[in-house]
Amino acid sequence: MATVAAVIASTHHPFYYRASTATGSDRPPFADEWQAKIEAFRATLERARPDVLVMVGSDHFHQLWLDNMPQFLIGKAPFYNANFYNEEREFGLPRMLLRGDEDLSAYLLRQGIDTGFDLAFSNELRVDHSITCPIITLRPQADLPIVPVYTNIFAPPMPQPARFVQLGQAVRAMVEAWPSDKRVAIIGTGHLSLELGGPRQFGPHGPDPDFDRKAVEWIATSDLKSALAEVSLDSLWQPGNATHGFMDFMLMMGVAGEDVTADYVDSLDLFHTMEAYFTWYPAGSGGTVAS
Amino acid sequence: MSKYLINKFIFTVDRDPDLVERYRADPEGTVAWWESEQAGLILNCPGPERSTWLAFDETERNALVTHDYVALLELGAHNFLVLTLFIALFERDYVEPLGFQREFAARLSHWSLPYPDIAT
Repeated sequence: MATVAAVIASTHHPFYYRASTATGSDRPPFADEWQAKIEAFRATLERARPDVLVMVGSDHFHQLWLDNMPQFLIGKAPFYNANFYNEEREFGLPRMLLRGDEDLSAYLLRQGIDTGFDLAFSNELRVDHSITCPIITLRPQADLPIVPVYTNIFAPPMPQPARFVQLGQAVRAMVEAWPSDKRVAIIGTGHLSLELGGPRQFGPHGPDPDFDRKAVEWIATSDLKSALAEVSLDSLWQPGNATHGFMDFMLMMGVAGEDVTADYVDSLDLFHTMEAYFTWYPAGSGGTVAS
Repeated sequence: MSKYLINKFIFTVDRDPDLVERYRADPEGTVAWWESEQAGLILNCPGPERSTWLAFDETERNALVTHDYVALLELGAHNFLVLTLFIALFERDYVEPLGFQREFAARLSHWSLPYPDIAT
């Protein structure tokens, strides 16, 4: 059976690429610290020696649109072109081409549908910065095949937070039962408190530092009980109008397992948002934080 | 009222560099052309299989023609779509980094929770 080599959750900040590649007077003052944190985080994936990456993210109205909006979708294609014109325009993100692992995609779709998730699929998916940001931060050589898992955290009506957790638990169980000798890292990105297109956007910190502190603690200890007790589709508007991306973190807590403390936790308070980085090495994965 | 159609306008303009420039330079002409030629196109269907029932009301059309992002948001347009397109349209006119984004926030400072409903 396959090995879950690492479970990794983080925010995805589309400005990292530009900040970390800027030089001279163009380089923002926070870039060095940010880059050092990202490089330490990247080492946590490297130590897991993955063969394939399951990548959980969310399309930001690029390919998926309101005339035909899936709640949960898995890509099944040999390749994924990546990043869109408006991401190049606003964030300076490069166009990319990622390989896909069609066997694992097919397996997750079949097993997922048979265990109660009526998953949508795509045989031609162009992925966006929710997946390319963690490639840039965690695996910039972009050399491993991926399986994209897209969630709707964007367009109401959305699935309930508990459903994200259940999907995460199902993905973990399915990968562990995959008849393969590969080492699979399951990586997902979301948001802490975030405001976009509202009065609290682009402030000196994220719009709700109290929520962020609580959320980091929930994730670090995979405290699903507290998170599910406090978080609802309605409540997530309060910390910021784009905070439903936190449900992708809840999905990843489902992948990590309830009450399983992360082996690596880091965060960075930036303008506009709190960045946070988490890695779990499941028992038997052979991974360890201390190298 | 059609939040969906406002979103569709923003979505289809934002993904096309030529249309972004055209909407910046000639909002009235672009909105009129789009409403008559493009509004009914179903994005994954051939042109003749278009919808025949989509139209802006006067308030919506006026908000688009005047580049009034506050009005668009208050009509329930999707916050991410509005922000992304208007950054493309107007960030270039501001000298300070994030100057446009901060002015955008300030122009919404009268808002309190709950914000306008974006459900479509």
